[in-house]
Amino acid sequence: MGYQFDFGRVLQGEYLQLILEGLQATMVVFVFSWIIGLVLAVALTVVRAIEFKPTQFLVAAFVEYHRNVPMLIQLFVWYFGFAVILPDSVNDYLNDVGAEIGYAIVALALNKAAYMSEDFRSGLRSIHPAQMEAARSIGLTYLGAMCWVILPQAWRLALPALLGQTLILFKGTSLAAAIGVAELSYQARYIEEQSFRIFEAYGIATAIYMIISFAIMWLSSILSKRYELRVK
Amino acid sequence: MLEIIQEYWLLLLIGEYPHGKLGGLAMTLIISFVSLIVTFPCAVLIALARTGKPGIIQTIANGFVHSVRAIPLLMLIFWAYFALPMIIGFPIDAVFTLIVAIVIYQTAYLGEIIAAGIVGLPKGQREAAAALGLGYIPTTFKVILPQAIFNVIPGIVNQLTTIIKESSLGSIIAVSELSYVMLQVNSNEVTKPLQIFGILAAVYFVLCFSLSQATNWLERRISARRTGQVIVEAVA
Repeated sequence: MGYQFDFGRVLQGEYLQLILEGLQATMVVFVFSWIIGLVLAVALTVVRAIEFKPTQFLVAAFVEYHRNVPMLIQLFVWYFGFAVILPDSVNDYLNDVGAEIGYAIVALALNKAAYMSEDFRSGLRSIHPAQMEAARSIGLTYLGAMCWVILPQAWRLALPALLGQTLILFKGTSLAAAIGVAELSYQARYIEEQSFRIFEAYGIATAIYMIISFAIMWLSSILSKRYELRVK
Repeated sequence: MLEIIQEYWLLLLIGEYPHGKLGGLAMTLIISFVSLIVTFPCAVLIALARTGKPGIIQTIANGFVHSVRAIPLLMLIFWAYFALPMIIGFPIDAVFTLIVAIVIYQTAYLGEIIAAGIVGLPKGQREAAAALGLGYIPTTFKVILPQAIFNVIPGIVNQLTTIIKESSLGSIIAVSELSYVMLQVNSNEVTKPLQIFGILAAVYFVLCFSLSQATNWLERRISARRTGQVIVEAVA
């Protein structure tokens, strides 16, 4: 084939700078959408637990939309669709400060909120109703029973699924490249175009993704074992 | 919104087919079904390797599954689209590279689902087959797999919805599937992105939501059969 590998070319100067910037953008999208997603997921779970049909339906619709439409299309809806609703002055300002990364965080956070709230809900559902009755009968209030009896078990049951979602979210940040966020995949593609170093550019990006993914998997298995629910 | 549907519904469904390349929803469905059909035997082999005796084959299978799960699908698509032609020395069609990437990716995930089906069978099945004097091949293909795969049919259908959603990534490498067609409609129309992407999301939603409802129905039926209940369809 006659292809000379030259990782040094991609791992120095301007290209190294681009890769590091890409990694930074990937981590910013990942961390912010994880935090926002988790908070929203808790809120959604609480709203859905309240016996009021219209809000329950709205939450269910929110969850089903995010589960049944491709992540990429959700990004497009925000990036292309949402922008036309805003007035021009707001759009000009957003474009100046770099709106793509904001749209990516919003889209990924809402998507993960939908999935994580389902995980919380199935965690809650697997606690036997008799536990609630028992807690109430020894004199705990509804909130007390939730805080001291139900939730301490439910979050442990939901934990493995939540950690799985974390890994999926990390990999999902690569889709932000499609709306022009200069994260790791985007930079790998750019470096490949500039330097014609296909294998080096994609090799390094893939290696970075793998290292972080393996770290997440390793941490997940430790946490899942540490907080496993031993009595059911 | 209606005028967009009126003007572009044929493009949405089959692309420019009679006069040009097949595309749109038809392309999305073809890519998804072909990917699932090609993935299936690969996934069965990975599942057998992962649930079989420890050894070199199991180590390789484990390594494959863990590595694939650690890489974003987009990265795999970049490899297949930009690097694979360099390795094999001639250009390949974008549709083909997309299918290759999805098959590699889904082999790991579908393999896990089928492996779960194999592990979930009672140990007695294998022992009974051994007592009858069956070897590894007949035990696996006549006793274990038919039951294991039947039990995980809901998981397999669910994976089809995942594949349909993943095929939208084809728009990044200019495969003329549903999302790509709509991106082009968007660049023609410029002023109505919200309507256009709303329609696109709605098409995916109808497709995937009905499949996931079918999954739920299958799951109920199969778990009822596994627990030995007789299903009496309500006749009202």
